[in-house]
Amino acid sequence: MSDTHAQTVAYVRDTMLDQQDPPLNQTGALKWIRENLFSGWLNIMLTLLSLWVIYAALSHLLPWALRGIWDASNLSQCREIIAERYGAGTPAACWAVLAERWPQLIFGFFPKELYWRPILAFLIFLAAVAPVLFSSVPRKMLWVSALAPFVLFWLIWGGSLWGPVAAILGFVIAWAIMAFAAPKIGTLLSVILAIVVPVIYWLTLCGPLAGALASVVPLALEQVPTQNMGGFMLATIIGVSGIVLSLPLGILLALGRQSDMFIINKCSVAFIEIIRGVPLIVWLFTASLLLNYFLPPGTNFDLMLRVIIMVTLFSAAYIAEVVRGGLAALPKGQYEAADALGLDYWKSMRLIILPQALKISIPGIVNTFIGLFKDTTLVVFIGLLDPIGLSNSIRATTDWNGVYWELFVFIGLCFFIFCFSMGRYSLFLEKKLRREHR
Amino acid sequence: MKKTVTLGALTVAALAAGAAGAATLDDVKARGELKCGVSTGLAGFSAPDANNVWQGFDVAYCRALAAAVLGDPMAVSFTQTTGQTRFTALASGEIDVLARNTTWTFSRDVDLKFEFVGVNYYDGQGFIAPKSLGVASAKELDGATVCIQTGTTTELNLADFFRANNISYEPVPIETNAEAQQQYLAGACDVYTTDASGLAATRATFETPADHVILPEIISKEPLGPLVRHGDNEWGDIARWTLNALVAAEEYGVTSANIAELSSAPTNNPEINRLLGTEGELGAMLGLDAEWAQRAIMAGGNYGEIFEKNIGEATPIGLSRGLNAQWTEGGLLYSPPFR
Amino acid sequence: MATISDPPERGFRLSQLIFDTRYRSMTIQVVAMILIGLLLSWLISNTINNLEALGKDFDFGFLSQPAGYDINQQLIDYNNQMTHGRAALVGILNTLLVAVMGCALATVLGVIAGVLRLSNNWIVSRLTAVYVEGFRNVPLLLWIVLIFALMTESMPTPRDFRGEDGSSMILGESVAITNRGVYIPNVVFSRSLGGNEIAAPEPEAAAPAASTGANMAGTYGASRIATGGAGVQTGQADDNASGSAEGGSDAGTEEGGEVIPSSSGWDWLLILAVLIAGGIGARVLGKRASHIQEATGKRPTTLPLQIAAILVPLIVVLVALGASLDKPELGGFNFDGGVHLRNSLIALWLALSLYTGAFIAEIVRGGILAISKGQTEAAYALGLRPGTTMNLVILPQALRVIIPPLISQFLNLTKNSSLAIAVGYMDVRSTLGGITINQTGRELEGMLLLGLFYLVLSLLISGVMNVYNSSVKLKER
Repeated sequence: MSDTHAQTVAYVRDTMLDQQDPPLNQTGALKWIRENLFSGWLNIMLTLLSLWVIYAALSHLLPWALRGIWDASNLSQCREIIAERYGAGTPAACWAVLAERWPQLIFGFFPKELYWRPILAFLIFLAAVAPVLFSSVPRKMLWVSALAPFVLFWLIWGGSLWGPVAAILGFVIAWAIMAFAAPKIGTLLSVILAIVVPVIYWLTLCGPLAGALASVVPLALEQVPTQNMGGFMLATIIGVSGIVLSLPLGILLALGRQSDMFIINKCSVAFIEIIRGVPLIVWLFTASLLLNYFLPPGTNFDLMLRVIIMVTLFSAAYIAEVVRGGLAALPKGQYEAADALGLDYWKSMRLIILPQALKISIPGIVNTFIGLFKDTTLVVFIGLLDPIGLSNSIRATTDWNGVYWELFVFIGLCFFIFCFSMGRYSLFLEKKLRREHR
Repeated sequence: MKKTVTLGALTVAALAAGAAGAATLDDVKARGELKCGVSTGLAGFSAPDANNVWQGFDVAYCRALAAAVLGDPMAVSFTQTTGQTRFTALASGEIDVLARNTTWTFSRDVDLKFEFVGVNYYDGQGFIAPKSLGVASAKELDGATVCIQTGTTTELNLADFFRANNISYEPVPIETNAEAQQQYLAGACDVYTTDASGLAATRATFETPADHVILPEIISKEPLGPLVRHGDNEWGDIARWTLNALVAAEEYGVTSANIAELSSAPTNNPEINRLLGTEGELGAMLGLDAEWAQRAIMAGGNYGEIFEKNIGEATPIGLSRGLNAQWTEGGLLYSPPFR
Repeated sequence: MATISDPPERGFRLSQLIFDTRYRSMTIQVVAMILIGLLLSWLISNTINNLEALGKDFDFGFLSQPAGYDINQQLIDYNNQMTHGRAALVGILNTLLVAVMGCALATVLGVIAGVLRLSNNWIVSRLTAVYVEGFRNVPLLLWIVLIFALMTESMPTPRDFRGEDGSSMILGESVAITNRGVYIPNVVFSRSLGGNEIAAPEPEAAAPAASTGANMAGTYGASRIATGGAGVQTGQADDNASGSAEGGSDAGTEEGGEVIPSSSGWDWLLILAVLIAGGIGARVLGKRASHIQEATGKRPTTLPLQIAAILVPLIVVLVALGASLDKPELGGFNFDGGVHLRNSLIALWLALSLYTGAFIAEIVRGGILAISKGQTEAAYALGLRPGTTMNLVILPQALRVIIPPLISQFLNLTKNSSLAIAVGYMDVRSTLGGITINQTGRELEGMLLLGLFYLVLSLLISGVMNVYNSSVKLKER
């Protein structure tokens, strides 16, 4: 004890000790393990249990997946290869079914030489949603978003270019009425005109016009019937068109539910609750079995279109609830400020309330979309070829009858990657919004 | 956002297929395509291959019909239907003909307002059981767990059979054949029951088919055939006589190999001549041209060839002709005369 | 909503309907009403026309026709000669069963996973995150199918229970886990209120006895036809012949037949009533203890008394009913006896609970995180222990955040139970909305009833939960 103070008290130290390393079990990995994994008997048990679960899952899954056979033309050949390589009865995956059939799982029966069309359509779709989802993208990109539905429709279904163009013309007419006629004849009348005139145009002039244009300048892609669409492409089409088409309806319903007007309010509430109270699968069966009863005798819709209509109504009810949340989350001062400025209802909604409410609703809308996208798997029960439906068809061929887990693992993984990334995005957005509000 | 609404309007305009009126033949011709309803997948009967082409016994009938009406066996668009949606799809005009191993029953014909155009496969409901179960007859199945496919006549037949024999069972209803097969193989049910043809097709794909026996009892009559809507008799006639032409062609020995030769000039057999249109006006009576049956047969061969190619003994399915042999060979296939 | 200026001096003009905000809303509503009415009448007239064209009518008579198909899981008596309506009822009960079981398990799983995800234990929190993200991001349908297949592939078949080296039953030879489901023992009563079947040696039918237990009016009707000997003989049980339900001597044994223990709904109702009464008694005891504690400062020990208040009457009732365990035994093809929880039920139940549990876990996690840390610190400063802090401070506040989204998760689970179609679980969609529609061709009526059922169920659940929600809500003045 040389460094103790000699003069005063024996036990008082008067020099500093050199800094020592912390004890081994208080640093680095050991400390981390002790604190995080083995801090108490409950924790120790949980850790051991988790390790066991991980081991049990991986020890079954990994060998099966890694031994997988990638090149075989049918299941029995695949089984022979497994028996030859690892001995009969060894668990091993037959990934060969994916190697042979993955285009079908993704594109359905879309003609192989036309695969570029859905791929291009998907890229355009991504470009179109970018300005909505990411505020850093230049605002001018919104023009792409506005035009995208028509381009996508044309790319996927094919046919004459002039059909979509003639349809866009209807909107141009509506815009022209609102822009040029409104100052002269009053807002109300011009709104009514802007709705009625395009509808009349679409019902009467639109078709012949497109036909005439097509006969002058034939610009057309090869038409692909809806029966040929399937797989993830079908799921995406149904999911995306369901959400996009349901947005306007959902916003109107949300406004209706907030409205003071008794009848409007009650009708919106009834619609939302009825739709939300009944499972999607019942609505899908309604689309497949009953929709023809409700339409004039003789009309005959394509099944996919019927499903899209039903899914649109369904998601409109959910979107309405999301938007209502957004409306309710706005401070009351915003409404009062709008009133104080003397704006009428629609102007205050359009210029002040909705832009803010929709912005904070985007995470909710994205979550609704994830749910809807997952729910598109239910269309298998009415005979549409979504990924699960296709997996049933593939298993019905003599080549691949008996394959089970491989297809489902692939489908599950695809869904997971897509939904997980969307979910992360919506979390990111929520965090950003929270920051902005502080 | 509102702009996208038009997409809907546009799609309506593009896809609405006009009225499902009385004249299906005109619709089909105008469309240039036959819409045929098939099952969601049953080995040998209908399933898509890797090149997106539908193959199978039921599919072959649709191709023959398309060849007869439109001249192109590939001018068919196949709509998958489930046990639950098939009749609505046909009734609503979504499909022109349903070729989905559907049993011809009184109530479907009369009450549900359809018209069966014939029988393309005589079937019956049977049972398959593992050999290790040691069961020789379905009557020994007291207390057994039975896998069935829902939405079909099988569940009613099963209930009737067990009630008539005063024995109990435990039904496990399953939605698709593939799913039921997986359940059966895992041992979740003792026996699996469906149409005997389906059983054979299913057994063929097992890892060890020899370990399973098909029990001798056939507990029902299942005449499977294509059907069309009630009320359009012209279309019904075309569908019926296309099927008959395939059957008759086998009877007369007209095959895809010799049909070109037989139809190039009238032969000695007037029946063949009338069938192939080298004599008489049968095609015109149907509202088709004279070579309609010739094309139907060329599409996939005669009935026997279609059978052998898709479900016959040379295929993994390995069904023998049995009841589905020509009447001349002890079977039930009997086409009315072409005259 | 709009500010109203002075009342106009002149009388009412027609243009006010459009330009005056006071009347405009009226106009809009009337126009909307007319439009909606037109739309509805258009749809209805279309439907009528279409039905006419198809030669169909709108008639619920099919519900009273014999169904002709069998249902494997029945909570009430059913056979294939009963009506479609009865089959629908069986399906409804099955739907309710899986929904209730699912909600319970999902809550448990969700709370555990939500708490574990906040755990300091790195492996545990990662593993829970994998669980939550895995189930949230893959379609439920896929999970149902996968869990169903996993259960059938990995469990032993009943045949494997035969022989020495095969699988064996667990928990004292009373529970068998097979790939057809789980067989568990059933509690049966030799003096059942619902009447016991009697294996009568002779067909000497007992005279129908007047039930003296007037309060058990429904009991008598439940006496069943018993099977015995070679053929089907009728022997009526009249176990209630002599006296009250609980102490009643067994008339069946006196007549010489052997009583087959069974259970009926009445037995379970009685047990439930006794349990509830015991629970109330225990609460009363607890309250009394609290009173004494407030008055004297000392709390008498009540736990043994409370336990006794619940258990003693229960045991008395069980003995009086002659309760015994009916263990499953390997029969011809399957296990006989006991309760059979079918694979379809278990797979659907597990998949629904795991899937919904993942969502609930996120809700619970969010709810706990929403409570500011100051609350915990304040509780610690008051000297509360961590467990007490959680129970008395954090959870009551977190519940307020958790409950509203929890309600919608319960609703989702109930609606998702219609995916039973994937595993062949006979819920209402498979019976009424599936086989019945398919056999009778009554799509319109069937789907209407089905939709109505789900709608009423959803409204009921959200109604009940909203009442609860408002009872735990922060009371604001």
